[in-house]
Amino acid sequence: MAEIEIGRHLYRFPGGLKLRHHKQIACRDPLTPAPLPERLWLPLVQHQGPAGECRVQPGDRVVGGQPLTRARSDREVPIHAPTSGVVEDLRDGPVSWPPGGTAPCLVLAPDGEDRFEALDTPDDWAAESPDALIERLRAGGLAGLGGAAFPTAAKLRGGFPPIRALILNGSECEPYISCDEMLMRSRPEAIVEGARILTRATGAEEVVIAIEDQMGEVRKRLNEAIRTVDPDAPIRVVQVTTVYPEGGEKQLIQVLTGLEVPHDGLPQDLGLVCLNVATAAAARDILFDGRPVIERIVTVSGPGIVHPRNLVVRLGTPIADLVAAAGGPTGDLDRLVLGGPMSGLPLASDRIPITKGSNCILALRPEDTARTQPVMPCINCGECIRVCPASLLPQMLYKHLVADDFDAAQALNLFDCIECGCCAHVCPSHIPLVDQYRHGKGVLRERGVEDARAARAKARFEAREERLAEREAERRRKREARERRLKDTGGAKSEVQAAIERARARKDAGDGEDDG
Amino acid sequence: MSGVVTALGVLLGLLLGIGLVLRISARRMAPDEDSVVEKINAVLPQTQCAQCGYPGCRPYAEAIARGEADINQCPPGGEAGVRELAELLGREPKPLDAERGETKPPQVAFIDEDRCIGCTLCIQACPVDAIVGAAKRMHTVIEADCTGCELCLPPCPVDCIDLVPRPAPFIWPEPGARTDSIPIEVRHG
Repeated sequence: MAEIEIGRHLYRFPGGLKLRHHKQIACRDPLTPAPLPERLWLPLVQHQGPAGECRVQPGDRVVGGQPLTRARSDREVPIHAPTSGVVEDLRDGPVSWPPGGTAPCLVLAPDGEDRFEALDTPDDWAAESPDALIERLRAGGLAGLGGAAFPTAAKLRGGFPPIRALILNGSECEPYISCDEMLMRSRPEAIVEGARILTRATGAEEVVIAIEDQMGEVRKRLNEAIRTVDPDAPIRVVQVTTVYPEGGEKQLIQVLTGLEVPHDGLPQDLGLVCLNVATAAAARDILFDGRPVIERIVTVSGPGIVHPRNLVVRLGTPIADLVAAAGGPTGDLDRLVLGGPMSGLPLASDRIPITKGSNCILALRPEDTARTQPVMPCINCGECIRVCPASLLPQMLYKHLVADDFDAAQALNLFDCIECGCCAHVCPSHIPLVDQYRHGKGVLRERGVEDARAARAKARFEAREERLAEREAERRRKREARERRLKDTGGAKSEVQAAIERARARKDAGDGEDDG
Repeated sequence: MSGVVTALGVLLGLLLGIGLVLRISARRMAPDEDSVVEKINAVLPQTQCAQCGYPGCRPYAEAIARGEADINQCPPGGEAGVRELAELLGREPKPLDAERGETKPPQVAFIDEDRCIGCTLCIQACPVDAIVGAAKRMHTVIEADCTGCELCLPPCPVDCIDLVPRPAPFIWPEPGARTDSIPIEVRHG
């Protein structure tokens, strides 16, 4: 691939929207730690992938930082005790995904002493091999802290083409969410140090920290941090114009390089790795302080919150405690959303705990969620096409999905939809397009699961038929061989006769012994 | 007169010629028996429950291809399956044969381990080898491989196998199925 000066020239991605930020309301106060709740609920799975192996039992005393599960592969991510206390139980608790669903959680009762035991840290991380660094990051429970919680170890190694550049994503474009901005303001050195670690782990030649143009002094602070930590490090801060959904991985890469991540490919195919700025800071904490991922910054905001703010939250803290820590609700709350107003996930319960991917809790009042307009038929105005950042045809996808023609929607690349919500936001007919796409994707995924199940059943059935047929053939062969032998040696009689004689001889010999 | 003879001759010639071509092409291009069976088998749900009267999905597919069996004998496939078969074979869809059984939601077998005596009869009955165990040792069902065919039920001497509904996967509900939706229209400044 040709050399591209990442971020020297800024490109555009198709579509997108300029939205009101609503970010400042949560940035007025400095970062404050949220109080420890009475119980921490720690889902065994806090990332995309299977659960690690559980290493504790109900009744065990644990200290902060102690691994509670163990990763057996790069797809698994261990979880650690956020504070010292007693593991009370392992049982199902409410989680954000599947909506309204439950998942196995370790229930930890803090003892209030908040003792902490650091992980083993290297004397000189720069002397460690990339693999050893990634191993340490995995043991520290690192997963993408931007929201998707993808296992970082799986992103950093896995037989990818050589990595040229590392992009640290600080372009937090969705309204209300400001946890990354607060992190970049308060701990810019940690991000730069994390960037150096990740540069070594990936073998990247340069690092670009992408931030938005509305973030004020963040740029200055990051540049100061680069000067303090290592002025010679190939790390640059690039400011991008705030257009939603610019913070999406594929969109950001397009803005910085002008290249599109292939439809069925990964950023690694372009020689790029994209990680959230908070992930970089967490990598630094693991290697410098021996502090695994046990807390994160969460924005608690929205029109329904008395005192919107950013809190440093121990993982496992129930959302209700955070709402209380932010001054409580202003009145009746209609809905709590995990994430932002455009692509967030409505929560079924305020007992759902904060996990590694929880970046924002948005509280909405009835007047914020009430539909003011009825859903009308699509008028083919094309607004949705204009704003779609993935260059899809939202109205055609919708028509096919409403008609239950899932194959046609898939043929129009339904799975390239990033569910940003731009199309539904501009739809003059107020059609809930994203819901329709999520439904369609769900049906198609389930169909894939069913097909795989049928294929497996077919293979197993055929294998069994084959085995039974073989066994039957073997039996028949033996029977025929026996029959042939009987015929050859003069028929069954002589065989029987011989057997009788053998038995008699044995008996005689036995009698003789008895006599003797 | 000779005109009539010529005309008849030409017609006869055409008749024979076309007949010959059709005959040869019918031989040459006859649908491959195996590929027809494969296509039918691909539509069948692979439950291997034998409710159709044949010892598995493939034998049933072969029977359909031979014209022995009707297309409405597969309860797990349901009406949708009958429609798909009808479309594939260019026939009229017909209602499911009620005598064969009814369409049930997905289910899996579950062995009550307290009652299991380890007789291995269910292991022998399972068409997809989804039960593990040994003589006088406890048996258990591999949930991921169980098709819910119910064939393990009759041989069990202590009636320790139950069929339980397979946990339904989460599929995002279609809009209109509930009132709230995403994105939320935040109108507040």
